[in-house]
Amino acid sequence: MANWIDACAADDIDEEDVIRFDHNGRTFAIYRSPDDEYFCTDGLCTHEKIHLAEGLVMDHTIECPKHNGQFDYRTGEAMRAPVCVNLGTYPVKVERDRVLIEI
Amino acid sequence: MSGVVILGAGECGVRAALSAREAGYSGPITLISEEAGLPYERPPLSKPDAAGVIQKPICTAEMLRDKDITLLDGVEVAALDRNALSVSLSSGAMLYYDKLLFATGASPRQMACDGAERALTFRTAQDAGRIYDIAQPGTRVVIVGAGLIGLELAAVLVTRGVDVSVLEYAPVPLGRNVPRLLAQKIVDRHLAEGTKILCGVQVDRITASQVGLADGRMLDADLVVAAIGVAPRTDLAASAGLPIDNGICVNASLSTDDPHIFAAGDCASVLRGDTRQRLETWQNAQIQGDIAGRNMAGGQLTFENPVWFWSDQFDLGLQGVGQTAGAADATRQIDAGTEILFYLNDGRQLIGAIGLGSGNAVAKDIKLAQKLIEAGVPVDAASLCDPNINLKKLLRPATAA
Repeated sequence: MANWIDACAADDIDEEDVIRFDHNGRTFAIYRSPDDEYFCTDGLCTHEKIHLAEGLVMDHTIECPKHNGQFDYRTGEAMRAPVCVNLGTYPVKVERDRVLIEI
Repeated sequence: MSGVVILGAGECGVRAALSAREAGYSGPITLISEEAGLPYERPPLSKPDAAGVIQKPICTAEMLRDKDITLLDGVEVAALDRNALSVSLSSGAMLYYDKLLFATGASPRQMACDGAERALTFRTAQDAGRIYDIAQPGTRVVIVGAGLIGLELAAVLVTRGVDVSVLEYAPVPLGRNVPRLLAQKIVDRHLAEGTKILCGVQVDRITASQVGLADGRMLDADLVVAAIGVAPRTDLAASAGLPIDNGICVNASLSTDDPHIFAAGDCASVLRGDTRQRLETWQNAQIQGDIAGRNMAGGQLTFENPVWFWSDQFDLGLQGVGQTAGAADATRQIDAGTEILFYLNDGRQLIGAIGLGSGNAVAKDIKLAQKLIEAGVPVDAASLCDPNINLKKLLRPATAA
């Protein structure tokens, strides 16, 4: 059974940026890509549990604010050392200017 | 069969091994580590949790096996024969190389006063474990050296309830690599948290329970830690006749005069333009390790990257990139406790940036600064000063061109 959670307004995230979203003791990162699509991954870097929402979004990558590990936030794929474990990703949809994530 | 032999299995050596393999090198790759056990990251050593030292592996045994990389740990190199292209090990084994990498790092400088042998150093997991065992709440610890490492350790110990005094020979702390404005904020925070900092002092002797200063003062100490910098480990290279100049001399491809021998990371003195540069940061170890690994596999890369570093002091995060010496050309005040200094060259290109703020508050802008440095695009100081201008905007015209 799908469990869609209302995370934020579509405008809460700047284009090519990311915000943190906490829910039920878990933390997520929600992204808005340069081509105006929305994505959601686990909120903490797989290397040292740093909040990715404080990192830099460039195109379709998120760079961890601490040790510069990079992920493709569309797929969660670990792209650059020191990260080697992929991020979990979650389905996202936008309805009536709200961003919903399925967790 | 000869192959790639890497001396040192820290951040640099391991990265070089992985990158050589990634670049398609198919011969044997051997990592030689003096320390026993799997390679581990050093930065977490100054960030312990309640249980003590955190030993975070750089790679797993499976990862090495998958990449067909052999780790010989707890072994020292006894001799290097450049004519035979061989190294002999303390275990008695002999290895032949086609390419040899010095990733031997640096070792802590030792103090020179009476009783210097009583001071512990702070470099390895074993060092960190010893320090955290002794430095329990209520104990008195004297740290010699108010650089980033000494102060990181002080922050951790003060937070634990340890009575910490930091001694510095220079007139101010953090004089070597942090601008005064930011250094003062870090110092103020330390003083507010209870760290005692004494500048312009010289240690005369260390006894079983005290540190004696040259001015006659005596400080009680259950533990003394020397955090007075590191020296590149070059002995083996020097004895094999390789040129040394504050590190093993290499060109921008990280090769020595001997085309079979490379050096990277803390131990390497790299030619950049007319000058030599030796860097002691985690990211430099990674980047140079990567370049050396790929070049040993036949690549043609050169080291030109602006190097980034960070330091955590309490909940303050310091991050810097590139060249940040002298007076800053622009200051971006993001909020009361968060600011970034920018450094430009005569062509208005960004050459360095350094910032301090709570947690990772400066991280995003420092990353963008790094990209601006790499892009070499001219920027105006007013835009750098304005916290409402996203640095990404300054970068984009360059990448679109």
